[in-house]
Amino acid sequence: MTQRVTVLYFASLRDASGCAAEEVETAATDVAALYAECRARHGFVLPQQRLRAAVDGAFVPWTTALHAGAEIAFLPPVSGG
Amino acid sequence: MTRFRLREPRIDGDALRRELQAHAAGGFCCFEGWVRDTHAGRAVLRLDYQAYERLALREGERIAEEACARFAVVDVRCEHRVGTLALGEVAVWIGVAAAHRDAAFAACRYLIDEIKQRVPIWKREHYADGDSGWIHPEPRD
Repeated sequence: MTQRVTVLYFASLRDASGCAAEEVETAATDVAALYAECRARHGFVLPQQRLRAAVDGAFVPWTTALHAGAEIAFLPPVSGG
Repeated sequence: MTRFRLREPRIDGDALRRELQAHAAGGFCCFEGWVRDTHAGRAVLRLDYQAYERLALREGERIAEEACARFAVVDVRCEHRVGTLALGEVAVWIGVAAAHRDAAFAACRYLIDEIKQRVPIWKREHYADGDSGWIHPEPRD
């Protein structure tokens, strides 16, 4: 079973993927598995351990289950200020 | 009430300061982060800031609420730039009005430290040698 979700990329992940957002049809069941898929497809250098994940605009643990239509963001280490 | 905002193009510190003026406040403490011309020994020409706006606003507001709960302040305001910034521009503005100075300084320090650690905003530096790169700090021990 697959479901369709939107993935958002920022900073170095946006440059590496060449897009700010993409719709993906995925068999991943949680956020960590989805990052592994996206990392393999785009060749992201950053390991999951250095990122935080967000679903629908809120920080979540990597074990969070995906739902159809979710907006998932993979957040590299931040550098504001 | 929004205490944390993203701003483009320019932060108006005078306007923010006026928002904080109150007769209950005996003092005001402000921190401005400016675009500097070097990073780790390399000459920097300009910066780009990118934000995950939806979450940045939520997390920034949460930090402002935390500061108001932890310290005896009258009110706080924080603005962070997005977009392209020239040298010397204000990248982040933090202001705290409080009855007394100890709370004003402590809350100001708390706000800038937490914003730098938690708000999903990223900086790209453009160097004099033509190179550029996103800054993704290693975790602190």
